[in-house]
Amino acid sequence: MTLFLPIAEVSVNAFALIGIGAIVGFLSGLFGVGGGFLITPLLFFIGIPPAVAVATGANQVVASSISGVLAQLKRKAVDFRMGTVLLVGGFIGSALGIWVFSLLSAAGQVDLFVQLSYVLFLGLVGLMMFQESLRAILRARKAGKVEVRRAHVHTWVHRLPLKMKFRASGLYISVLPPLGVGAIVGFLSAVMGVGGGFIMVPAMIYLLGMPTKVVIGTSLFQIIFVTAFTTVMHAVSSQTVDILLALTLIGGGVIGAQIGARVGVKLRADQMRILLALLVLAVCFRVGLDLLLTPEEFYSITPGRLP
Amino acid sequence: MKRLILALLLAASPALANDPGEEIVAGLSQSSVSITADYAGAEILIYGAVKREAPPPKGGTVQVIVTVEGPEGPVSVRRKDRIWGIWQNNAAVEIDRAPSFYAVVTSGPLSRVLSETDDLRHRITIPRAIRSVGIASDADESPAFVNALQRIRTEEGKYSLREGGVQLTEQTLFRTDVGLPAALVEGDYTVRIFLTREGRVIDTIKRRIWVRKAGLERFMYQSAHDWPLLYGLASLLIAALAGWAASALFARFRP
Repeated sequence: MTLFLPIAEVSVNAFALIGIGAIVGFLSGLFGVGGGFLITPLLFFIGIPPAVAVATGANQVVASSISGVLAQLKRKAVDFRMGTVLLVGGFIGSALGIWVFSLLSAAGQVDLFVQLSYVLFLGLVGLMMFQESLRAILRARKAGKVEVRRAHVHTWVHRLPLKMKFRASGLYISVLPPLGVGAIVGFLSAVMGVGGGFIMVPAMIYLLGMPTKVVIGTSLFQIIFVTAFTTVMHAVSSQTVDILLALTLIGGGVIGAQIGARVGVKLRADQMRILLALLVLAVCFRVGLDLLLTPEEFYSITPGRLP
Repeated sequence: MKRLILALLLAASPALANDPGEEIVAGLSQSSVSITADYAGAEILIYGAVKREAPPPKGGTVQVIVTVEGPEGPVSVRRKDRIWGIWQNNAAVEIDRAPSFYAVVTSGPLSRVLSETDDLRHRITIPRAIRSVGIASDADESPAFVNALQRIRTEEGKYSLREGGVQLTEQTLFRTDVGLPAALVEGDYTVRIFLTREGRVIDTIKRRIWVRKAGLERFMYQSAHDWPLLYGLASLLIAALAGWAASALFARFRP
């Protein structure tokens, strides 16, 4: 069954779209990442123009994140106070990112910058998570030796001023680190066209010391608003949000997110982290390969005049 | 004065000598294409006949060329180069005007059907349909960029040349099919039919196909462009509703 998309102006297989939505939704529910870093490359692959893929991907992430948050809410795994602080930082970073993005577009090197940021951030985050979770699993394997585990380790992060109580996370820390994390993620999401969950989740675990069980719900809560902001920005500035494309992706996505959230309950936290690390590394590898391998086609066509 | 008359006579003589007054009469199976949600390409049948005042002259046959051209616009072609070990967009060339779709169908091998001069005059073949005047100064190898445009669009099915695709019966009746691809740009598509004899165009006519989005597609496209803020908010509302509905539905299934 083919579907002609009114904004993207291409005809694609509807089942392929539903399938992509379902896969990304499943991962979103499982790991608490929006899935933007997966959906955008997948949409390129089936021939959706990049601008439409980025904007519509953001819209799809809104839906799957809402579905995911509602599932997490039932388990009381959302820290609204932390989410709001992250969000304030997120909007500041996002506004800054949109400004940098327009500077790079004028210079004509935005594609390269986006690809390099993908490789750099996915690679760093993926490697860090992989190393940490592998160590945790190996530690757990050593029978007999039971280690005393503290809720989190106190670092310089906990000596900053403006302390605030985050009850759901069991934290009493300064608001500055979450604001900073939010701003960095907001900046990257505007520049890379992603929700930023893959950076947010490890930052919350390792930098802020939040317990894994509230991280996912809180990250999803924040992603809803950042991607909603991105969607409206794109709709107004470039008219590249395709509702029909979004609806099809959402159809698969919301169902996938529900299944993902349920599977997530059955997995152990360290197993889940190692799986996410592997996924992040795989996408990083794929994007990096495109930069290094000799392309099959050296030329590309874009309608319109040179800037 | 004498010279002028001679020149006029020379210019007019071939027409006087064997002009059977050949003219094209043609029609299209459809003069408009509506792009709806289930649109997956369309086939246009182009048919017609050669009308003559007198019997066709001996020696040499008539040939037919049909072109279908989509809306044209400027395009930028970029080339990737390896810099610091990384493949990145480097050189770029802007091409003045290139059709978004271009199909050429002929009744025989192009070299026999059409002469070089008439191709130039009427812009019939694919390279002639791409207007790349004035780009030569931008880059040394700009012809390579024009070739790349032609090659990529041909691979995508947007540009095509089918020699012998027009069926010509008894030197009079002709017909051909031109397929429009699934990824189609809105606008007016021009169908041109050329009648040639010994490579020279002796008659030509133009027809128009209207390609428009229809129904839901038209509504969505127009609202996205006319009320972008409302459209953006509506897409958010739909996303929120869908997310909530799925969560509610699953909660009912598994308490």
